[in-house]
Amino acid sequence: MNKKGLKDQDNRFRRIWVKLNRNKTALFGSTLIVIYFLSALLAPVLYPGSPSAPNLIRSLEPPSLEHPLGTDELGRTILGRIIHGSRVSLVIAVGVIMVGLLIGVPLGLISGYYGGKIDFGIQRVTDMLLAFPGFLLALALVAVLGVGLKNTITSIGISMVPIYIRLVRGCVLAIREETYVEAARAVGTRDAAILFRHILPNVMVPITVQTSLGMGTAILFAAGLGFLGIGVQPPTPEWGAMLGSARAYIFNAPHVATFPGIAIFLAVLSFNLLGDGLRDALDPRFKI
Amino acid sequence: MLHYVAKRLLFTIPVLIGISLLLFFMLRMLPGDPAQVLAGQMATPEEIQTIRQQLGLDRPIHIQYASFLGRLARLDLGLSARTQNPVIQEIWARLPNTILLAMTAISLACLFGIPAGILSAVRPYSWIDYIVTIAALFGISMPVFWLGLMLVVVFSVILKWLPAGGTGGWQHVILPSITLASFVVAFIARMTRATMLEALSQDYTTTARSKGLTEKTIIIKHALRNALIPIITVVGLQFGLLLGGAVLTETVFAWPGLGRLIVDSILARDYSMIQGTILIFGLLYTLVNLAVDLIYAFVDPRIRYD
Amino acid sequence: MSSQTKPLLSITDLKTCFHTLDGVVNAVDDIQFDVYPGETLGLVGESGCGKSVTALSVLRLLRCPPAEITGKICFENRNLLELNSEEMRNIRGKDISMIFQEPMTSLNPVLTIGEQIAEAARNHKRMTRQEAWRWAVEMLRMVQIPGPNTRARDYPHRLSGGMRQRAVIAMALSCNPKLIMADEPTTALDVTIQAQIMNLMVHLKEEFKTAIVLITHNLGIIAEMASRVIVMYAGKIVEEAPIQELFKDPRHPYTKGLLGSIPVIGRKDKTGRYLQEIPGIVPSPLDMPVGCRFNPRCPKVMDRCKKEEPPMVRQGEHRRVLCWLEA
Repeated sequence: MNKKGLKDQDNRFRRIWVKLNRNKTALFGSTLIVIYFLSALLAPVLYPGSPSAPNLIRSLEPPSLEHPLGTDELGRTILGRIIHGSRVSLVIAVGVIMVGLLIGVPLGLISGYYGGKIDFGIQRVTDMLLAFPGFLLALALVAVLGVGLKNTITSIGISMVPIYIRLVRGCVLAIREETYVEAARAVGTRDAAILFRHILPNVMVPITVQTSLGMGTAILFAAGLGFLGIGVQPPTPEWGAMLGSARAYIFNAPHVATFPGIAIFLAVLSFNLLGDGLRDALDPRFKI
Repeated sequence: MLHYVAKRLLFTIPVLIGISLLLFFMLRMLPGDPAQVLAGQMATPEEIQTIRQQLGLDRPIHIQYASFLGRLARLDLGLSARTQNPVIQEIWARLPNTILLAMTAISLACLFGIPAGILSAVRPYSWIDYIVTIAALFGISMPVFWLGLMLVVVFSVILKWLPAGGTGGWQHVILPSITLASFVVAFIARMTRATMLEALSQDYTTTARSKGLTEKTIIIKHALRNALIPIITVVGLQFGLLLGGAVLTETVFAWPGLGRLIVDSILARDYSMIQGTILIFGLLYTLVNLAVDLIYAFVDPRIRYD
Repeated sequence: MSSQTKPLLSITDLKTCFHTLDGVVNAVDDIQFDVYPGETLGLVGESGCGKSVTALSVLRLLRCPPAEITGKICFENRNLLELNSEEMRNIRGKDISMIFQEPMTSLNPVLTIGEQIAEAARNHKRMTRQEAWRWAVEMLRMVQIPGPNTRARDYPHRLSGGMRQRAVIAMALSCNPKLIMADEPTTALDVTIQAQIMNLMVHLKEEFKTAIVLITHNLGIIAEMASRVIVMYAGKIVEEAPIQELFKDPRHPYTKGLLGSIPVIGRKDKTGRYLQEIPGIVPSPLDMPVGCRFNPRCPKVMDRCKKEEPPMVRQGEHRRVLCWLEA
């Protein structure tokens, strides 16, 4: 019996792996993510010196050997700013996911598991937050909190909380009625133990998928806020803010606006590819 | 039916009150003094005090909220600190622009997204499916503001075919609505593909096929009618994303709509205006959701609102 | 059926397999049988034995790939597997139609019952919209749905399970087909409704002179309706016999087991039980036993059964058994 269980497990992992491999796009996404992480971690090595130090004589130069992606309006090399910008966007994305996970998952677990008044309360607040579509909610929160890196993370993070709450609660509601949870409860297992040992592992799959997709959304939202001038403030090399200031020079130096946008696009794309691939591989309903 | 609409409309009131409550208290509990901002850096403490009294900021916060609600009921959202005009008047002036943009974009998105999704689902894993799937992924991952800038570079700077921004004739609407639609079209295509695949694998599709109907009839009459139900939901939800995208698109194209208004107000710490625009966005979104629920009844005979 | 009549449907060497991630599944493995005009042929077996796949293969309703169908399916001297999709479409619903198991899901929830019946008639009989609608109402009356005029305008969710299955039957009969593949037509229904539907089918079959391939796991229904029975096990035909002979004298150990699992009041077996069971489970299609596929569960298993595939032994015109015991 035990041996058979193990074989099934092996089989499951093999299936996931086969599907991920078969899904070349997901593999491509993972490769991009690795490059993105490396660029964020190794930014000071790849581009030593400050990416924000102006050099006005060399402003708005087109791509050249010395500056492969050209320079911006203050003569700073765009490649260097993009490399350092990956750092900023990674910090934001990870921060946002942490906020979303740390607040959303426990609330979703509690809401789904206990039901009743707690559930009702949490759900009404979630409804209210969801009355605002993601980006607008982040925007409204920035309006309240103010601009800057920390507030960008908090605002976008909070805007993700209702998504996690909904997701986790839905899964818990489905799992709560399963026989093995009933059985654990019947033998007197403590609620916390049931929640973390039995229920949480089962909601891990949708959480993983959502987290991958959420990283992409976080990068996109942060860039949006930066572009509007209400996110991370210059001279910090934030991709969206770079685009925001490049807008003024779009007629005489379009390359300044081109490259940071490509960076955002590739970063978001990579997480979306991985998220889609994971969903295809992990979702048992998605059979080949 | 009318009864249901009335009930749903009544239900939006507590949601809006909740939003206003959250916003109102958060805006006032945080650092930064609007009276100070309004009076400017050079103002004397007396001047600031006068402004505070004018705005009622010196009274206890619950009284402030009560009077705010009272004024809200009369559609009075206060005066804009930045322009000194009534907030409702400014919103009213900009609302048609945003609605025009959103409607054009959503129509474009449906026009291209739904057929693309159907083609993709009918021939899964074919080259057309790959193109649609990849294009949709690109669309979802593309920052709208960047796409907007690139469209400006190509069509305004290089080709000089279309204006780079502002309002005017129909030419001004083209680039902003394409920009805004790009994101939504991708979502709609993906959703259509998924729901069509699902519908095409249902028993009723096999039944339809066993009757010897043509593929066209099976796809359009049997599968699409069923797939349309979730698609409508997504279009409704996308309307929210569209409003968010509108903020960015309007900034790129200097389009005088609500999105631009909200950003300007945030930058100027114009609290009454922020409050007003956010409430209007909330109201718009809630109304769209209501409309979606009502459209269901026409598409799905199983749903009746009595 | 005498050998003078030509078969309506003649299946030879039919193989249907599915290409999956875990390997190739042979759902139907080299089967042959004939269906004669106007007869009712029973196709029995446990779930997963390939009986539904057989029906879907005949109408070519399986998506290929992952499915792959080989062999010959001759209907009125035309091999259905060689027809193009347009020719196949003209056969579906008009010459051969199908009744599905689940009336809940086999009707389209967003179209009216009348429309779903009328569209087939419009499609194959070149009727106008009005003619087709009147025809649909007429069909609903034929299947004894009360108030057919108003019922035709109803959506499926407004009808009870039995009513829905009547509508499905009306749909299948609407172009007066020569053959109906009925896949578990009553399994999803209550027992009392089952009897009504079976009676209706017997009655309509007489009236329309349609041949029926009745697919079921319920031997009681077979006994009532079919004149000939084919027993399938794990993708193979294991026995074929006229109905009386099968019940009187089953020859394959699996058939004996199936008959033993119907309780007969007052008849006990040697151990004093009313109900006999077949030990073991149906083998996984990916992991078929060597030799006879029934050997792990067979009470009369011999060494040979575990090594060599048994031959199909013909015993008279309409009897055959796939078993070493009969060889």
